[in-house]
Amino acid sequence: MAGSPVQVTGTVLTTRRVDAYHALTVVAPGIADRFRPGHFVTVAVGGRDSSMLTRRAFTIHDVKPDYGGTVELVFGVRGAGTAWLADLRARDTLDLVGPLGRPFPLPRDPCTCVLVGDEHGAAALFALADALQQRGCRVDFVLGAPSADRVFGALRARRMGETTTLTTEDGSLGMRGRVTDVLPGVIADARADAVYACGPMEMLRGVTTVAVEFDIPVQVAVEESMACGIGVCMTCVVPVIGDDGVTRMVRACTEGPVFRGERVRFDDVGTIPFDALGAPGGRHA
Amino acid sequence: MTADLRTYLAHVELPNPVLTASGCGGTGRELAQFSDVHRLGAFVTRSITMAPRAGRPTPRMAETPSGLLNAVGLQGPGVEAFLERELPWLAERGARTVVSIGGGTVTEYTALARRLAGVDGITAVEINLSCPNVEDRGRVFARDGAAAAEVVASVRAATPYEVPVIAKLSPDVADVVAVARACVDGGADALAMINTPVGMSIDVDTMRPSLAAGTGGLSGPAVRPLAVRCVWQVHAALPGVPIIGMGGVTTGRDALELVLAGACAVAVGTALFHDPYACPRVLRELEELLQERGFDRLADAVGLAHRPAGAQPRTRTDLEESSL
Repeated sequence: MAGSPVQVTGTVLTTRRVDAYHALTVVAPGIADRFRPGHFVTVAVGGRDSSMLTRRAFTIHDVKPDYGGTVELVFGVRGAGTAWLADLRARDTLDLVGPLGRPFPLPRDPCTCVLVGDEHGAAALFALADALQQRGCRVDFVLGAPSADRVFGALRARRMGETTTLTTEDGSLGMRGRVTDVLPGVIADARADAVYACGPMEMLRGVTTVAVEFDIPVQVAVEESMACGIGVCMTCVVPVIGDDGVTRMVRACTEGPVFRGERVRFDDVGTIPFDALGAPGGRHA
Repeated sequence: MTADLRTYLAHVELPNPVLTASGCGGTGRELAQFSDVHRLGAFVTRSITMAPRAGRPTPRMAETPSGLLNAVGLQGPGVEAFLERELPWLAERGARTVVSIGGGTVTEYTALARRLAGVDGITAVEINLSCPNVEDRGRVFARDGAAAAEVVASVRAATPYEVPVIAKLSPDVADVVAVARACVDGGADALAMINTPVGMSIDVDTMRPSLAAGTGGLSGPAVRPLAVRCVWQVHAALPGVPIIGMGGVTTGRDALELVLAGACAVAVGTALFHDPYACPRVLRELEELLQERGFDRLADAVGLAHRPAGAQPRTRTDLEESSL
């Protein structure tokens, strides 16, 4: 079964620093085989008898065929769990489950795609760019971050993309501002047919607004905090409009993380919209 | 020689004592990607409500030391969608399904029990008594023996006699034995404990509660001693009542601890978030531990910690010698 996730104990092959981030390559053939761009993995942190019960979810940056198949994760240290991961060394083992989630849908015919990434969210875009280029698509990158050391993958984007536009909020690299400030220009110049985006909710909302103005499809990969990643804990829900027009609280881990941007009710994230299926006092209750 | 792991919820036999805890196994499909649902002692559904429920806003989850706070708010599709899409799938896979039900009034619980009555593929009904009682200013049923007993009695009356009714108790009470006794008097065939005690955490960076709902249910190994205490007290008071023990079970040792306290079955909850294979692993570890200790029946270990200090455990050897 291509889509079904597996749990593996992978051996860490290499660890490296990439600017402000850490990258971890782990031998996990079962996950590498099944991987498609947009998939993510979850890892257990803290070792055996860990006091940290929730799994940490990371997008897969890269998959390589070495040692039967490896996956590379990119993360910034944000708490005790990621600090533990950052301390891992080669030959340590790591409990991974993956690949999880709904991957990026790919266009049937060659077209021009703009790939937008914010901070380490950009890590998910390179496997996607590779898959798009294999289908004959033109790929343009827009990468942003608060400062130069937190722009992820600028070099690789320059190598792969037809054009690459970088933005930093402090102006230390590329244009000063946010990715959404430069996106309309990039879409217009490239005559883009589709947009893919990965990053924080606020940035995805902005990207979706721009894509809707240009009337082109936009696929966004959301970052919502998760406990399990496999769809049982119900904590990563976002309000999304279904094919039938009904808003449901759907799991980012299972129905996502990739959604059609215009279907996600970004303004209502963190709330239960009054018209959502099963909302308190709503018309369906 | 493998140990006999069969266990009974009232008269219903389960092939093994490891269950999923309500609300921790999704619809069953999610776990089935990792291991067969029919290998579970039983699959316990999330609490099913009459109408679809969207649940609470996010953030719904906060990690605490060896614990997890959650305020999901019983998100679910409602009983009709459950019967149409989820239960048949579980039945098809050969899973024994315990349907957990939740409601805001006695009438709602009763209506749910009536809707489930006569439906094929239901092994038992578990009453989630930790729902706010809308007729009692939102006080949860499980905190009040009389309110809990009223729900149990009306669900018992609406449920066919061959389907056991399990009352799920909260540890957030002054006297868990009193509530347990009230539920059994009300007609509960078995008890499940513990539901999550209410906890809270505050994010010191945003200086706001970590959960959108403010408070949430605390689960995970942090609450295990609370579970062991509740099971111990209730088993001591009501030794004939089957108890499903739960609260922070992550290994076979944890399961055995609850069994020794008096649980005849054990449910795995939060551990499933950490390890989707937790149920078969806990079962295997429990079986090994029982064998190491010379038990060839799980039933011989149930409540064994209650024996007087110095007394020998009832072992196979004793039985053989006495039968000479």
